[in-house]
Amino acid sequence: MTVNFALPRMMPGDPVQTKLATIPGISPLARKALEKQFGLDTHQSIVGQYFSYLGKILTGNLGRSFTYYPTTVSSMIRQSLPWTLGMVGFATLLAFVLGCGLGIVAAWRRGSAGGNRNARLDTFLVPIGVMFGATPPFWLATLLVYFVAFKLGWFPIGGSRTPGVAGGLGGAFDVLKHAVLPAFTLTVVSLGGWVLLMRNSMLTVMNDDFVKFARAKGLSNRTIAYRYAARNAILPVFTQLAMALGIVVGGQVFIEIVFSYQGIGYWLLQAVLNEDYPLMQGIFLIITVTLLVANFLAEALYVFVDPRVRVEAGK
Amino acid sequence: MNVRAVLSNPRAILGATIIGFFIVIALLAPVISPYSPNDINFPIGLGPTWKHWLGTTAGGQDILSQLIWGTRASVSVGLLTGALICLVQLVTGIFAGYAGGLTDTASAMVTNVFLVLPALPLLIVLSAYLQGSGGSGSTPVLIGVITITGWAWGARVLRSQAIALRDRPFVEAARISGEGRWHIVLSHIVPNMLGIMVANFFGAALFAVLAEAGLEFIGLGNINTVTWGTMLYWAQNDEATLMGLWSWLLMPGLCILLFGTALGLLNFAIDEIANPNLRRD
Repeated sequence: MTVNFALPRMMPGDPVQTKLATIPGISPLARKALEKQFGLDTHQSIVGQYFSYLGKILTGNLGRSFTYYPTTVSSMIRQSLPWTLGMVGFATLLAFVLGCGLGIVAAWRRGSAGGNRNARLDTFLVPIGVMFGATPPFWLATLLVYFVAFKLGWFPIGGSRTPGVAGGLGGAFDVLKHAVLPAFTLTVVSLGGWVLLMRNSMLTVMNDDFVKFARAKGLSNRTIAYRYAARNAILPVFTQLAMALGIVVGGQVFIEIVFSYQGIGYWLLQAVLNEDYPLMQGIFLIITVTLLVANFLAEALYVFVDPRVRVEAGK
Repeated sequence: MNVRAVLSNPRAILGATIIGFFIVIALLAPVISPYSPNDINFPIGLGPTWKHWLGTTAGGQDILSQLIWGTRASVSVGLLTGALICLVQLVTGIFAGYAGGLTDTASAMVTNVFLVLPALPLLIVLSAYLQGSGGSGSTPVLIGVITITGWAWGARVLRSQAIALRDRPFVEAARISGEGRWHIVLSHIVPNMLGIMVANFFGAALFAVLAEAGLEFIGLGNINTVTWGTMLYWAQNDEATLMGLWSWLLMPGLCILLFGTALGLLNFAIDEIANPNLRRD
């Protein structure tokens, strides 16, 4: 929060003065009123500004947007947040589930007896996973917009819904159609990371004694892989998922931009391009706060996933 | 780190070969580029021809020449930023971890703050503040912004490694014999975690390449330079796809993809060699 306050004030130049200077014939009185409105009263000391800023945040007042004046920043965020949460959140979870599944199978096949034939999946999966992870998301998005949306016409070219389409079943279908391509791009781009993470975690766990013991007991491969090894291997990956869900709100700026998907990331870029500092600050604040909340929730949820933590806490 | 192990790892070889290929192109750019990348005197929007293998842009530049010079800019920025990030991590991760005490506490706190700051939005907001929108951005600022947002993850990993090494007998011995702190870090600690550091470098470079291209793509870089990212920016701006200039959009992205994959493969392979649990034997 403090960083967020400090950032624009550390920067050279005065964005407000430049902005105000573009309005011709503004009277000194009106100028003063506007300065007050935007919370940039120059007669106040920097410490005073800081405390009035903190006070406003606590009461949910994020100021008004420069560009879309007099819309308040908080109402713009409230409008765009569900879009981002829905589309990006879904894609993140999908990539996580798919990636972990593939990672478990690849690691298990490589580690188990059966020679090279079984390790083949792993041999291919690793470079492909690395490649997916190195794909520039905005580039893939641009290609999809052109080939799938424009050339084939299967999906809309951009936006998050068709204006004028009412609610109900038709409206829901329309929203889904707009979300398919961005969500697909995001899933592809983040899938590789999950596969590699899960695979490495799984390989590490498979060297543990309890897996050897389970083998010695003569349990079936399937039981060992899923009920013994994977359950332990998923713990560090789960921590990563919490981080990934934390950045859902702000992490996918590029994809939202290419698809003109009007979520948080899209508006962040609009704010940046229009030098709309209150909007930029508000969005950045929301993003940081969600990340912190997600981290906190992850710690709390970890207790449920890992029985060991539960036992320690109970002691 | 075992050099022979790296040389016998197929993924490492593949990655190193691709990176070598791009470095050669970057070095030889003035020799192999058929035209100047900024020469705008060619017919506009050509498809691939004998004179212009990849066609020309909507501004009348030769795409192949742009790609070759773009390789030079993008590869050097990527590797340089990766190295810079490593340098920051050396101080905030390894040195602070070894030194312990107040230095370590303060450094760990800063690291944690940067860990919860979302990297991508911070990248965009920072470059917007520092560069101003409208394409007057400069490459050093771009490198600086990427370094600021990209160092925290690795620093945490390196710090825990440095702490693990701190109390080992050979470090203790060096301390007793009166060697300075920086000397111990550089000649005793760093060599023992070289594998992780090198893997980290490639990871950082991958982040840098993608971040650079992304920022340039949305117009927050210096749009007057020729890089893979700015090529994509102009291709998008001039609606290359609608004009049928597919190579203009396709090729820079493919280069990023290939170069990024190579960096990722090396990161992965070296991690695999340095981490006994992942070794195949």
